[in-house]
Amino acid sequence: METFLGLDYPTLWFLVVGLLFSGYAILEGFDYGAGSWHLFFKKDLSRRIAINAIGPLWDANQVWLVIGGGALFAGFPVMYATMLSSMYIPFMLFLMLLVLRSSAIKFRSAEKMLWWRKTWDIVYFTSNILISFLLGVVLANLLQGLQIGENLTYTGGLFFSFLNPYAIMVGLTTVFLFMMQGAIFLLLKTEGRLHARLTFLLKKSMIFFIISFAATSLYTLVFLLGVTDKFKEYPAFFVIPILAFLAVANVPRLVSKKKYGQALIFSSLTMAFLLMLVAFQLYPVLLPSTINPAYSITIYNAASSQKSLGIMLIIVCLGAPLLAFYFAFLYRTFKGLVQLDDTSY
Amino acid sequence: MDTEILARIQFAFTIAFHYIYPPLSIGIGLIMVIMEGMYLKTGHKHYEVLTRFWLKIFAITFGIGVATGIIMEFEFGTNWAVYSRYVGDIFGSALAAEGLFAFGLESAFLGVLLFGWNRVSPKVHFISTIGVFLGSMFSAVWIVVANSWQQTPAGYHIVGEGFNARAEVTDFWAMVFNPSSLDRIMHVWQGAILAGSFLVLSVHAYYLLKGRYIEISKKAFKIALGIATIVSLTQLISGHSSADGVAVNQPAKLAAMEGHYEKSAAADLYLFGWVNNETQEVTGVKLPGGLSFLVHQDFNAPITGLNAFRKADRPGQVNAVFQFYHIMISIGMFLIGLTLYASFLWWRGTLFNKKWLLKVFAFSVLLPQIANQVGWFAAEMGRQPWIVYGHLRTSEGFSQAVSSNQILFSLILFLVVYAILFVLFIYSVNKKIKNGPFDEAKNPDSFLKRV
Ligand code: HDD
Ligand code: HEM
Ligand code: HEM
Repeated sequence: METFLGLDYPTLWFLVVGLLFSGYAILEGFDYGAGSWHLFFKKDLSRRIAINAIGPLWDANQVWLVIGGGALFAGFPVMYATMLSSMYIPFMLFLMLLVLRSSAIKFRSAEKMLWWRKTWDIVYFTSNILISFLLGVVLANLLQGLQIGENLTYTGGLFFSFLNPYAIMVGLTTVFLFMMQGAIFLLLKTEGRLHARLTFLLKKSMIFFIISFAATSLYTLVFLLGVTDKFKEYPAFFVIPILAFLAVANVPRLVSKKKYGQALIFSSLTMAFLLMLVAFQLYPVLLPSTINPAYSITIYNAASSQKSLGIMLIIVCLGAPLLAFYFAFLYRTFKGLVQLDDTSY
Repeated sequence: MDTEILARIQFAFTIAFHYIYPPLSIGIGLIMVIMEGMYLKTGHKHYEVLTRFWLKIFAITFGIGVATGIIMEFEFGTNWAVYSRYVGDIFGSALAAEGLFAFGLESAFLGVLLFGWNRVSPKVHFISTIGVFLGSMFSAVWIVVANSWQQTPAGYHIVGEGFNARAEVTDFWAMVFNPSSLDRIMHVWQGAILAGSFLVLSVHAYYLLKGRYIEISKKAFKIALGIATIVSLTQLISGHSSADGVAVNQPAKLAAMEGHYEKSAAADLYLFGWVNNETQEVTGVKLPGGLSFLVHQDFNAPITGLNAFRKADRPGQVNAVFQFYHIMISIGMFLIGLTLYASFLWWRGTLFNKKWLLKVFAFSVLLPQIANQVGWFAAEMGRQPWIVYGHLRTSEGFSQAVSSNQILFSLILFLVVYAILFVLFIYSVNKKIKNGPFDEAKNPDSFLKRV
């Protein structure tokens, strides 16, 4: 098998996909998170400001999902196909909620009628929360494994098997994590009363996050089989959970010092470390089979051909700098506090 | 109903819905680039009012295009798992490239385009407009390449057997430039530009009829008419070239398009008609030997007919393919006639004197939309029973792990959500049009200061 820098192509592509989904979690984390606070703001003006804080950014942030999905399809078609078809219902709901969410952003402020805005506010709020929740649910199911049979296809239940206790726990943790991220982002974008209210809300919510985070970690350690084995094998990787823990602990400290920019970085790092932990746990498995470990989908039996992966690595090397440039330009243009004008939502 | 049929209905419905919006965005994008370019060049504030106005409509079509597009991307995996595994090695790179090169460009500059008027200089804003437009053109490229590969596979080999069989890339460029890619990219681009420019024509024809915003409407109408005239004509060329390609690469599809059954005989060209798949007869108005002439420049040259293929290897719904194809061509011919006539009047200086002509333009917005839809339907149904031409059958491509009830559930969900979306789209575009570039025109001076 061909290698580059000592890593084989499937492993490199595993890193690419991981990076893309981390980017998605961090960027859409504050988008979904900001939306999950929506009904906590009482005044119409505050709600508009909150929406316009992500106004010019959310569409671009969403591209990370599009590229991540494309990269998964491209590099690990078997994983893409099996994961999506085996969790059909959660993914369909997720997609539909994405549509509702973007409609809410576009159409909410287009009319002045009170009922109109109220309806969209509710749609926006619930879709953000449910999207975050479903992302957690999917992640949990990937960690637990699915009933993958021979031929790498799913043989389990069809409608509600994805809603198990662990999935619900991870789902809630994701909601709280995103809400923390979203509140910090909004703090960077607002001033005055709304800012004060957000500070208050954030302080409250961090407690929820830390409790659910601790509970989920504990559950993972106790109930998920073999999570500790990997560390016995590679003790050096024990730094990842430690870093994740330190990053989490650092957020409340920075928030209380009003260093919101740094707080956002550390809350983003938290997500990155947690996803790294997941990746480290699973590697080289992508989707464990609960029927027989031999049936698990791994980066090797799911990967595209060497040739195809090679081509795509070139595409990524060409595309990544461009993407970085676009994002730098976009975020530079819209840095600073929200200013409503006639182009705003 | 079984899983396969439901999966097909769901895919056709969601992609057809998606395909209402991207063509509009691509077409309006081009016109906005021209309008804003004229504004930068002449400094004339009419153009700037126009740009601002069309940007508002663009924002709506683009938004719905993105939302429905994300669904398409994941639907391959949810509903067509076997197919996704089969083509992943090939399609993946096209989709990944699309994401990185096209959607990244598009979405990042979109923010600046929509919200950046007060934050960047006019030049930078113009560059963003171009960025979004180019991004949308590229988006069409990769996905059409992927689709063309499944119509006319090239640059690959098949690895594995039975359930584990899949296509792998052997030659990237042969895969990208497979026999139908170039023709179809051109054809799809032009179809999109027609969709956008006819919307512009329609809206401004409406204003001219109502006697509102006369000055700017005349300007916009002329820009769009110029584009529409040229592109209607070139569309005929790329369409003809596509048909030539179909004759070589997908003879069963070509035969279905003209309802030609005999194994090998001169084939006629129908103006319109009706195909009876049982009796294998076509009733209608035809040019005898016309298809033979178009393909071989000889009225008597034989063309392979449907009966040369086993029943299991040729499209079942011949009449549907025939009708869709003929509707597209009739519309194409009509658009050519309409735009040429209007351009003639323009040249004579009497373009805006004929009320009936403006009325025709006001309604003709639907025609390119219909042509785009039926064109795809003809291309995709003519490809049946193959999902990857000659290799994988549609009946083998759907997800084994998904039940028909699940698809029914999602299909109903789609129907409801998309119905709401469609109503919102019509409502908000209609409102924007009724309102006119009023907000933009009301205060052009203060607007000018900021741009
Ligand atoms: C890259 C892939 C791709 C692209 C760009 C398109 N399609 Fe497609 N289409 C498929 C890939 C596909 C497919 C996944 O391969 C399907 C599902 C079942 C089948 O036979 O092919 C399909 C089926 C399919 C059917 C059902 C045919 C049948 O079941 O008889 C229709 C009507 C369309 N498509 C229409 C469209 C339209 C209006 C498109 C324009 C945007 C379009 N397709 C683009
Ligand atoms: C099954 C096939 C298709 C898939 C999987 C697909 C996927 C997508 C996705 C994921 C997006 C959103 C990207 C973003 O976030 O910016 C999108 C938008 C878009 N798609 Fe599609 N698409 C398909 C068919 C097509 C076709 C056939 C065309 C054009 C000929 C097209 C042109 C566009 C354009 C221009 C956009 C940008 C949004 C807009 O302008 O409305 N797509 N598509
Ligand atoms: C003027 C005469 C036209 C001719 C001769 C023509 C010919 C064709 C042919 C042969 C195909 C099938 C290609 C394939 O299956 O590979 C096709 C598809 C298509 N046509 Fe046309 N066409 C014409 C006009 C139009 C117009 C006016 C539009 C839209 C405004 C349009 C939009 C499309 C689309 C969207 C497709 C599906 C994509 C594709 O397969 O390229 N066509 N056309």
